[in-house]
Amino acid sequence: MTDNDLVISLADVSVRYRVPHERIPTIKEYAIRWLRRRIRYQDFWALRSVSLEVHRNEVLGIIGANGAGKSTLLKVVARVLQPTSGRVRLWGRVAPLLELGAGFDPELTGRENIFLNGTILGFCRNDIAGRIDRIVEFAGLEEFIDAPLRTYSSGMYARLGFAVATDIRPEILIIDEILSVGDAAFQEKSFDRVRSFLGDGTTVLLVSHSLDQIARLCQRVAWLQHGELVTVGPPDEVIARYRA
Amino acid sequence: MNSTPTYDSAARGAPFLRELVELARFRDLLGLLVNNINKTRYRRSALGVLWTLLNPLLNMAVLTFAFSQIFKFDLPHYPVYVLTGLIAWNFFSQTTTYAMNTLIWGGSLLRRIYLPRSIFAVSSIGNGLVNLGLSLIPLVILMLLLGHPLYATWWFLPIAVLLWAMFALGVALFMSALAVFFADVVEMWGVAIQAWFFLTPVMYPKEILPERFIWYMNVNPAHNLLELFRVPLYLGHVPGPNTIAAAVAEAVVALLVGWWVFTSKSNEIAYRV
Repeated sequence: MTDNDLVISLADVSVRYRVPHERIPTIKEYAIRWLRRRIRYQDFWALRSVSLEVHRNEVLGIIGANGAGKSTLLKVVARVLQPTSGRVRLWGRVAPLLELGAGFDPELTGRENIFLNGTILGFCRNDIAGRIDRIVEFAGLEEFIDAPLRTYSSGMYARLGFAVATDIRPEILIIDEILSVGDAAFQEKSFDRVRSFLGDGTTVLLVSHSLDQIARLCQRVAWLQHGELVTVGPPDEVIARYRA
Repeated sequence: MNSTPTYDSAARGAPFLRELVELARFRDLLGLLVNNINKTRYRRSALGVLWTLLNPLLNMAVLTFAFSQIFKFDLPHYPVYVLTGLIAWNFFSQTTTYAMNTLIWGGSLLRRIYLPRSIFAVSSIGNGLVNLGLSLIPLVILMLLLGHPLYATWWFLPIAVLLWAMFALGVALFMSALAVFFADVVEMWGVAIQAWFFLTPVMYPKEILPERFIWYMNVNPAHNLLELFRVPLYLGHVPGPNTIAAAVAEAVVALLVGWWVFTSKSNEIAYRV
């Protein structure tokens, strides 16, 4: 694989959260404590010197216990968090598959929300207009698309979100534990769609607690523990070590 | 190595300017947000966007009913005086309040996806401008009804609006940055803006203030900006050079400070919202 295929590069990335000892919700309290020099923080390193390279067309799975830093890693790649130290570089647009409800406005119709969600993911209006019929069809929402979103069931929400994010086809797609939305049929459809990305120019980062899902979809798996990268490699090997 | 990356966390460069570039990239989202604010605010109401026009009119009616006898001699066509003041003031109070609320609404989004963080404040101002434009319709109708002249100095209006918008954006950004760190800022702002309203001659003539408070009018930035908006429409002349110079300085300083504070804190915002 040549370096030309490099899509995500993390070099020595660390992220520190500063957690105040007590929550300081008001200005007054903050001022009082500041005057008394009593603002104490606890540092918490969510990622420690993680270096990782991901190439075009790869589906990379990320596993680890709760609190191992998986979501923080995704946030750094999604540009939500600036690393405390180290360097993150991306070649291409990133779009996370958003959790239920994020990026939607319940008062707007399904159609208006497709535009809202699509532009939040960084795409332009015309781009979305050309794809809207396909998106609606994939989500299976033809009859409801002009009804306000607040009338949708949670399954319909999720289907719409998945359809938008995956149809628009970013160069880098981030999926955090949400391939389990919708009914069995829709899950199967989602799986197929992620699989269809293979060899099609989209790179996928997938976090899941379902090792079975990871094994079925990913070419490589990264295992995080206490913010450190334990190992990266082929799914069966890494999963076997993780289980051990 | 590859071609230049689309994103490089180590890229230096002023956040001050980078934010502008990112805003331009997300201009389609900006446009949608500007429209959606009205759509969602009025979707369930029978009169819909008409409320944008009715709200200042009804306020004006109440204030006229309450105060017109008191100020009758100082202020001919008192309803025109009040309505011009209210249109300008509502723009300021609504956009700043809305900017804070939408940033907090967008918080769940900002934790998951990158967006230029100033987009919420900027779209609030954009929406405020649309509403301000709409509320000029009832103003003109009111002037015609009362026989108030439509002065040629209306040409000055865009300049006044531009300066108001710069000032409001600066304040909105500054307050949003604060609101992210302290939850009580939104409540405090509600009280502060109410007090500010009464301390600014929006519904009363500034002449009723005792002489020893005149200095204060000159340090109240909202007063100069309000004059800029109202004088050309109500009195029919362009405000004096001192007022204009003060208003320009206030708008520029507010915008620069607000933008600088907000963009230099914007990376921390993702940790906090």
